[in-house]
Amino acid sequence: MSATNTPTAGQESRRQPVRLYTPPATFGGKLWGWRYLILRRVAQVGILLLFFGTLHWGWTLAGQPLLRGNLSASELLGVVPLADPFAVLQQLFSGQPLLDTVLVGAAILLLFYVLAGRVFCAWICPMNMVTDLAGWLRGKFGVSDLFRLSRSTRYWILAMALVLSALMGVAAFEWVSPISMLHRELIYGVGLGLTAALGIFILDLLILKHGWCGHLCPLGAFYGLVGKFALLRVRFDDATCTHCGECARVCHEPQVLNLKLAAERGRVDFGECTNCARCIPICPENSLDFAWRWKAPPERRELPTRTQP
Amino acid sequence: MDDKRRAFLLKGLQGAAVAACGGLVWAHLLRQEAAASVLALRPPGALAEADFAAACIKCGQCAQACPYDTLRMARAEENVPIGTPYFVPRDIPCYMCPDIPCVPACPTGALDPALTDIGKGRMGLAVIDAESCLSWQGLRCEVCYRVCPVKGAAITVQNHPRRISKHALFVPTVHSEACTGCGMCEDACPTELAAIRVINPKLVQGRIGSHYRLGWKSETPISQEFVPLEVPAAESPPAAVPAEKAAPKTAPGMDFLNEGLQP
Repeated sequence: MSATNTPTAGQESRRQPVRLYTPPATFGGKLWGWRYLILRRVAQVGILLLFFGTLHWGWTLAGQPLLRGNLSASELLGVVPLADPFAVLQQLFSGQPLLDTVLVGAAILLLFYVLAGRVFCAWICPMNMVTDLAGWLRGKFGVSDLFRLSRSTRYWILAMALVLSALMGVAAFEWVSPISMLHRELIYGVGLGLTAALGIFILDLLILKHGWCGHLCPLGAFYGLVGKFALLRVRFDDATCTHCGECARVCHEPQVLNLKLAAERGRVDFGECTNCARCIPICPENSLDFAWRWKAPPERRELPTRTQP
Repeated sequence: MDDKRRAFLLKGLQGAAVAACGGLVWAHLLRQEAAASVLALRPPGALAEADFAAACIKCGQCAQACPYDTLRMARAEENVPIGTPYFVPRDIPCYMCPDIPCVPACPTGALDPALTDIGKGRMGLAVIDAESCLSWQGLRCEVCYRVCPVKGAAITVQNHPRRISKHALFVPTVHSEACTGCGMCEDACPTELAAIRVINPKLVQGRIGSHYRLGWKSETPISQEFVPLEVPAAESPPAAVPAEKAAPKTAPGMDFLNEGLQP
């Protein structure tokens, strides 16, 4: 994105001069800039806490257990079943007949993610806190990648998870998933499963930037495919954008910030966008914000034609 | 054009090689994981192990529903398929709740909702190590018999009468047709290491085989044709066998005392 930092002569005439992001001076301003980060941490920790509190402290609401289970499958208020749609998909591939409860639970969450996009990865998955910490430290220490890896590797791993589920007769990724190990052991008791999270921390810190979430994780890949249909999107206002590149600098999936496509559609239109909203507060021109897909895209700037005198 | 095609095919082959290597390692992990499953005692109503492994989503709702904290979720370091519910009777046995709350808590059916009578649950089978069982040493222990919730059916005390210079023995005996594998006996066993243990019946149970005739038990008349009990006699000889090759009326050796005596 460094090329877009210095607009070409043709663009200069129609774009505002480039201003880079300047961190707010006041603490209140900083806090406002971190609003989505804080909300994400509250959501990630809060959901784990709901599971933990229901199990260990007997949290109830209206006499019903608040949230029983874990992120693989759960029951809200003793009535609403919820289930990880990718885990259920693997189980279906294994050929095992399942009860309706878990199928309904998976359908409910699938519907939610169609509405909200790939928000699981940035707002719910506890591994996100591990990889965010690794990413932050990586930036501090200036670690460079050990090797390059295609971001589509995760889709191959996703396909393999389904093939192996069919061949081996068990949910192949669920049986090795470091994410499941992490939330299960955080809720039911800490064991060596946390070493898987440590492994991912090391991978992301020292080996490959955004190595797990951005390259390998088949669950993220699954939600990336679901996110193609997402109704909640990051709106892009091409009229105010100066192509300063700040958004792509903080984005964990920078390929989704294809500004040409975003300008055409008025939104960041990729399933791989996790709606993490890192880009929204960092934008010095406020060109990015959340919007529903059906909202009309912002007016496109009229491109000046070269034939004009 | 040909070079491009060659490069494309080679790339595809390399991709397939990476996928195959990864797939083999991944499949090996799954097999290793599944191999540990015979060591685990599952909650009541658990499907047969292969089906259970496929159906369990590892959510732990059964463990939460258990009022005695019997069920635990296997951690990575434990020798049980990761994340699946199991119990260790010596720590906390299954107390056989009549309403079986763990079963309806299961969202996938890995615990079969058809199980409504806990007495029909089969979590494991109690086996006795006679070498360390106090009753087998001649003491009147019988603790396992007393704590057994299916007393008199799953565990009975059998009398080995006194013989010359030998103490009479009253020994507990487990009957697999009634034992649920709840583990209350293992929990209560007073020896340092439990002399009665609940384990997966597959590890200890044998099978006589249908070709054995226990003439003093069976109501089927004894015949000298080796026909499995389940198969009706009329259907047993395969139609393809030619008449001259069919088994003789008297199997060779079966009637050796009389062989050759009859004209």
